[in-house]
Order: sequence, then C-alpha cells, then structure tokens
Amino acid sequence: MSNLKISQYCHIKDNEAFVNGKLIFEDIKSTNLKAFSKSLYRAIKSSYSKFFKMDDISRLGFLAAELLLKDADLSTVVSDDVSVVLSNSESTLVTDQKHQDTIADYKNFFPSPSIFVYTLPNIMIGEISIRHKLQGENAFFIVENFNAELIANHINNLFLENKSKVFIGGWVNQSRWNYEAFLYLTSDVGLIDHNALEINYLYNNMNEI
Amino acid sequence: MVYFKSSNIISSLGFGTEDNFQSIYDGNIGISKIENQDIYHEPFLASMINENILEEKFSVLAKNYTKFDYFTKLEKMIIMSVHYAIMTTNIDISSLRTAIVISTTKGNIDILSSSYSNKIEKERAFLWSLGRVVSKFFGNPNDAIVVSNACVSGVVALNTASSYIKSGKYDNVVVTGGDIVSRFVVSGFMSFLSLSPVPCKPFDKQRCGLSLGEASGTIILSNIPIASTTNFIFSGGSSANDANHISGPSRDGEGSFIAIKKAITEANVKSMQIDHISAHGTATPYNDEMESKAIYRHGMNNAIVNSIKGVIGHTLGAAGIVETAILLEEMKQNVILKSLGYFEHGVSKPIKIANKIIDKDLVCCLKMASGFGGSNAALVISKINL
Repeated sequence: MSNLKISQYCHIKDNEAFVNGKLIFEDIKSTNLKAFSKSLYRAIKSSYSKFFKMDDISRLGFLAAELLLKDADLSTVVSDDVSVVLSNSESTLVTDQKHQDTIADYKNFFPSPSIFVYTLPNIMIGEISIRHKLQGENAFFIVENFNAELIANHINNLFLENKSKVFIGGWVNQSRWNYEAFLYLTSDVGLIDHNALEINYLYNNMNEI
Repeated sequence: MVYFKSSNIISSLGFGTEDNFQSIYDGNIGISKIENQDIYHEPFLASMINENILEEKFSVLAKNYTKFDYFTKLEKMIIMSVHYAIMTTNIDISSLRTAIVISTTKGNIDILSSSYSNKIEKERAFLWSLGRVVSKFFGNPNDAIVVSNACVSGVVALNTASSYIKSGKYDNVVVTGGDIVSRFVVSGFMSFLSLSPVPCKPFDKQRCGLSLGEASGTIILSNIPIASTTNFIFSGGSSANDANHISGPSRDGEGSFIAIKKAITEANVKSMQIDHISAHGTATPYNDEMESKAIYRHGMNNAIVNSIKGVIGHTLGAAGIVETAILLEEMKQNVILKSLGYFEHGVSKPIKIANKIIDKDLVCCLKMASGFGGSNAALVISKINL
C-alpha cells in the first residue's frame, strides 16, 4: 500500500468531457472521434500545432491530459518524477487498419510513415510527455476491460521503489464504434485514496452519468 | 530478491538460449535475403524463423493439447518458448502464485490481412487475446498481463515482473514475448526508409539503418534462487521518456540517461562497476549516437558495449527479453560476444564496442532499450554467490 492520493480525474466519452465529475463540454453534433476531438480542442482553447498531426486515439489521450493537467501545478516537480501509465483494450487497431489499407495491394501501395508511427499505443504517452515535458516512467498495458487494480498496482510499485513521485494513470481506448478516455493524477496531494476501489468508483460513476 | 531462473530464445539461429548463444559465438548470422511476396513485393533483409522446423517442433509439444484448433505463428513461437523455459525449472505454471507477462508490439497483426480471413477469428488480433491464448494453453489461472510499449516492451515487461516479485504479489513470473516479420511491419519500416540494405551494423561508421528480425523469448523470474552457488539477480530497472520526439530519439540521450540513472540507483551500483552493456544498438544513425552519449555521460568507462542486432536483427517486442537472455548467458560464461557489423567507430563518444569475442569477469551488467514514442528503458543484472 502506498500513501498516494488522487487529486484530479477526467473522462471523455460519448461526445462529452468531464473534469472531476463535472460536465465541462458536450457536442452532440459530432458523429465521430475526429470531429469531437477537434471541437473539444477548440473549446478548451488549446494551441498546439502538433495536435493536428496526431491520429485520433493520440488526440483523445492528448485532450484528456490537457483537461487533467489544466489546474495541476507540476512546475515544482522534477520532470523525471512524473510518470505515465496507460492501458486500453484495442491498442491502436483503428489506426492499424488505416496502415493496413495502404499496403493490402502492392499495385496500390502507399504506406506512410506519418500513419505507421501511430500504430503503437505508447505513442500517445510520447505526445503527452512532449507537451507537458514529462520524463518519468512509461508503461502501456493491453487488457480486455478496464482494470483499475493493474494500473494502481503498477503505479504504487513505482512509487514505493522511489522511481517517481507524480503519476498519470488511466485508460484511453478507441474502437471502430466508440471511444473513451479516463485519466487520473496521483501524487502525495489529494483527497481520494489511490487504490483500485476508489479508481473503479471514479471510473464507473462517470459511466453512469 | 529477484532471481533469474531460466530463459529461452526462439530465433532464426535456434530454439534455445544456449543454441542461440553458441551460434552467435561461432560467428553465424541470422539475417538473410527474404523473397516472400506476401510480406514484401521486393526482396528484403530480415532474420526469420524456419517455419518448417517451427511446425515440426510445435506439433510434438502440442500433441497433448486440444483446447484450440489453430494457433498463429506468433502464438506457436511464444507457447514453445514458454514451454522450453519452464521445462528446466520446478515452477508450477498453473499456480495462482505464478504470473505471465507478455511483451509484444503488434501481436497477431497479420490477421488484418485478407489472406488470413477464414482460418481464425478476428478477435485474435487483440493483444489481450494473445495473453488469453498463452495462459489457457498452460492452465495459468491469472489474467496474463500484456505490455505494448514499442521497442522497450521487453525491458518494461521484465521491470514490471520484477516489481511483482519484490512486492510479494507473485512468487514466479514468466516474462515472454515476441513479434513476427510481417507485411505490416516491413512496409512501415520501408516507408520510414530505416531498413539497411546490408545486415545492420550497430555503432559502425557505415551504419545506415536497422534489420528486422522475428523471435520469441522467455525469462522466468522468481523469489527463489536456482540450485547453484552462483545466481543472477535483477538488481534494478527503470524506464523514462525523452519528451522530445515521437519517432526519433533525443539527440543527447536524455531519456536513456534517466532510465539508466534510476536503474543503477536501484541496483545500488556505481557507473564504474558496470562491466558490460547490451545496448539497444539498432544501427540507425540517431539511436546508436544517442546511446553512446547516454553511456558516456554516465562515465561507464569499464563497460564494453555490444549489440546482437547485427546477427538476429531488431526483434521488436522480443528484443528486450531475447537480448537480456543472451546477456545472462554472457555473464554465466564470462564472455562478451562480438558486436557483429562493427568495424570502424561510428559514434561521437569513445565508448568501447566489442570488436571481437572478449573474455571478461562479468559481475554487473546493463541492458538498454529505446523506441518510438520517446521511450527508453534499462535494467541491471548482478552476479552473486550464495
């Protein structure tokens, strides 16, 4: 058991974005992740040109991190003390299919490095790390369903081994039909205990809204 | 303490760690010209597993298992690797106290191609499904944990496994992983123009890109030592992000430097105590240069560096496991393998690259890895006498 506390959390799914349980944005007109991510990007007045080069799932992870860290002051924390531990069910299969479509037929063969590079789930960790200058530990786990215990345990171990002090944990998934991001920030400050029970509560509570 | 219990490597060179080690020692090379239209419309270089031998060996071991009708090539490679590694131990793989951690970048990605369509359910393209297949095959009751963190996956999987043992969550962890040379991956690296036209030449002046390889590997970690006075322990491990670029490493090796710093701090060893480094050494111009800077900045002046990617290529999700298994074998035999392809020093820092086989007492060694997404990882192995 560690003494880590959760100070912030956010959730993006079904054309809605929540921060600490409060709805901060919705756009019922968007019909897919690409459209919704652009509209959320504009709504939070983000200004980061690299956003438009990202694939859809990286945009989702990037936006969730923007919401999560908006009111978090990481300026006093050393960059290599901030770690990112994420998970999902479908890795980057939607982007994988886009790359696959470029190579299916050698007579119509046009693979592109700008798509191929996004066929790894931890690229979104890279994007978030570049944006917020985070140089701590990284791990990306693939699980069938959201698994709070796996993430909490990994983060607690890193904390107890003195590898890092502040952690972003969570889930960023995109399937052909839907998408969902749930991120939380944990360190020695906060009101919510960092354990699987509390994380599941935050995650499921959002899902019921 | 976390002890290294046993290992296995399945690659173009052979079906065991010792076979692979001996083959590299003997100066063999696994990278060859591949002419396979299904993978790429032009000949390309890669280190690939002989599929006939794989089939033959797999059919022998799978005779007693009828839980699945069909296994993909990657599933066969991983199952076989775990089987061989567990065989030499007394570990009960069906125990709740034994976990399975799997490292892969793309898993069964070849399922996406139309040629696969009727043989297998599309679900097997999910990376967690690979975990399910492996744990079901061996009757392991825990959900297998799948790590997919680009080319550092293997080292991150080993670091994760060691934490499970240190924290008492499990007694034994089977760390396994692999990737195949697929149309998906070859086409992608071709589009990056990052494949070398000759077998890759890590740290050499003429190096001009990487060679791909396919392999599976397994390392079993345990809280109980092996029955020998000499044991090898996992003494430290860490990962770090460059926070610089998604497809190229930081020029100054910042993330790699941080990962090494945290790994040697946990291992409680000083830079000068590192006898030997198994580098990531992909032979891309940027990677090797960056690694030389990270090593040099740490002042690891006693360390001799090598990369076995000039022999078996970059095996992606298997790389961290396979290369750590070879490193352990080097430590057992007190031999540093030649870094094949290295003739003329081609990085800016004066690090010592193994230009021949070197006999050296190896007590404390470092494994490095770096990959897309700015990811870096490192781990330290120490030899102890009980």
